[in-house]
Amino acid sequence: MSKNIDKISSRGKTWLKQTEESSKNRDIKFITASSEPVELLATPDMLTDFDYERDLGYPGEYPYTRGVHSNMYRGKLWTMRQFAGFGTPEDSNKRYHYLLKKGQNGLSIAFDLPTLMGLDADDSFSEGEVGLCGVSVSSLKDMEILLDKIPLDKVSTSMTINSPAAILFAFYIAVAEKQGVDPGKLRGTIQNDILKEYIAQKEYIFPPEPSMSIIVDTIEYCTEHLPQWNTISISGYHIREAGATAAQELAFTLADGFAYVEAAMARGLNIDDFAPRLSLFFNAHNDFFEEIAKYRAARRIWAKHLKEKYEAKDERSLLMRFHTQTAGCTLTAQQPENNISRVAYQALAAVLGGTQSLHTNSMDETLALPSEKAVKIALRTQQVLAYETGVPNTIDPLAGSYFVEDLTNKMEQQAEDYFRKIDDMGGVIPAIENGFFQSEIARAAYQYQREIEDKDRIIVGTNDFIEEDEKIEIPLLEIKKEVEEKQIERLKELKQTRDDKKVSNALKQLEEAAAQGKNLMPEFINCAKMYATLGEMINVLKQKYGEYVEPAEF
Amino acid sequence: MARKLRVLIAKPGLDGHDRGAKVVAAAMRDAGFEVIYAGLRQTPEMIVETAIQEDVDVIALSILSGAHMTIFPKVLDLMKENGINDKLLTGGGIISEEDVEKLQKMGVGKLFGPGASTRDAVQYVKEWADEK
Repeated sequence: MSKNIDKISSRGKTWLKQTEESSKNRDIKFITASSEPVELLATPDMLTDFDYERDLGYPGEYPYTRGVHSNMYRGKLWTMRQFAGFGTPEDSNKRYHYLLKKGQNGLSIAFDLPTLMGLDADDSFSEGEVGLCGVSVSSLKDMEILLDKIPLDKVSTSMTINSPAAILFAFYIAVAEKQGVDPGKLRGTIQNDILKEYIAQKEYIFPPEPSMSIIVDTIEYCTEHLPQWNTISISGYHIREAGATAAQELAFTLADGFAYVEAAMARGLNIDDFAPRLSLFFNAHNDFFEEIAKYRAARRIWAKHLKEKYEAKDERSLLMRFHTQTAGCTLTAQQPENNISRVAYQALAAVLGGTQSLHTNSMDETLALPSEKAVKIALRTQQVLAYETGVPNTIDPLAGSYFVEDLTNKMEQQAEDYFRKIDDMGGVIPAIENGFFQSEIARAAYQYQREIEDKDRIIVGTNDFIEEDEKIEIPLLEIKKEVEEKQIERLKELKQTRDDKKVSNALKQLEEAAAQGKNLMPEFINCAKMYATLGEMINVLKQKYGEYVEPAEF
Repeated sequence: MARKLRVLIAKPGLDGHDRGAKVVAAAMRDAGFEVIYAGLRQTPEMIVETAIQEDVDVIALSILSGAHMTIFPKVLDLMKENGINDKLLTGGGIISEEDVEKLQKMGVGKLFGPGASTRDAVQYVKEWADEK
């Protein structure tokens, strides 16, 4: 065997030398989307240490490189989940009913910036931002309208919310109870990933330590009361969108995941009681094979660490289930229809990588919030992939490819190198406070931009194949100014009709629970039911925890 | 020797997507400008106050959340109130052509959208300074 490999290796070197001498390459850099050089040809000698059982195994078996389920998409296709939300809760509720009617099988709620920052619609900092990037939710009242006539025992709901996740989750649970649905039956996900907020998306409120404590509260609460709920969607998506490379996305996201595992274990929770409800969320960027290698490596790393380092015993703790969204940052404002094909390739990579759910971006997202037609095309792109291409019929078809296996190994290696660096800094939180992640990402983002401007990287329609005098002919969704007024009006009405005494008692109880270091979830639910607003609850906690300010560096 | 052009880069509003702002800040630094990076969640008042304190020539704002029609006019008004409306107010983000026209009529400079080159932005600031 090894003699054979030596022969291949030496023959390969000769071949490469001859090829380089006799053939002329196009005048462009052959690098991945992460600026990594790419081999002209992958050969067996790159995988001399390859061991099928150890490195890949079978789908549904350790180390899960090939997939988390034994029959993968033959059993169940990935969940097609389009992220949506805008304007008033009424507007979004209408869009959800539309998506469910078109064949989507899960909801995904986008909140507006004030909600993401824990601000009510009538806060002065919310001015001009209400209902723009998502739906505005300031109280249980808004959540009741948002979920009107949506059967919460039947759909699974994903909520993209982080800093105030526990509170929006409390609104959701309260609505379910009003619908007569047993919370134990609720299925869905809250993103609830604060670490990547400090690292990339920057929608933080409190300092890291109390934020982590509230997240562990949600884990603890769900373990007891909502066993089917996914408590954190540990997200690389935003890290990648901020400019990280694929290896940085992989490494920083998994490092965050391990930090949550450690925080929950430090609370005294049993790893097998909560780890099965952790899920991951990755980006699908342009570089096809690099992305597939990233997903495969992620599953293997997660399984190894959970088993070996954290000593999980339940097999479900080792399974890294993940959601994927195609990369918003790769979409172009120029010739936006071209984005449909970008999204299709990215979606294909995600499915070949074994994703459990997928959001495909709409072609018009660099211009504004997606229009109904653009969203429909994005969803149909997934349906074509699922039903026409034949791709879901077999599992992990790229396994055994010298190129893909080598890339997968390199991804794992790069991630392990980062884990060591982060450990040397004292863990994820000190690394955040040092600005380590932020500066790594900013550097990668700048390099990517320079490659585009130097034309080392071609973006069709942007730095090549440009159409002069291009007119954009895509109908855009506009959010009306009245949304803000309507939301403020509703809050005013709410504050006049609710029982003020009950509200202030509930808030007082929340304050006391925080002072005593108790689990805050029951208090959030109680406050929600009394119609205390999001902002009121957050303000109670701001008094105690203070607010985080990051060092401004570039 | 002429003094370096001083550029204030800030992200107003609640939006935390600072990739673009940081890339532009790095490009302007490499182009030889003095860059003051104010970072996130800057109110119009904070922006104008920093502009005065740092004696900048250019204020560049990055807004991706759609709040540009609220924020740019406010900054412009405060610049006038404080007598620094001879400075350039420019920026970038996801801003429709219609809104770009409206803002430019009010006195905002060029606004750069997705896919814009940082070289064009640098060139624009240099030309503005030369004409001044």
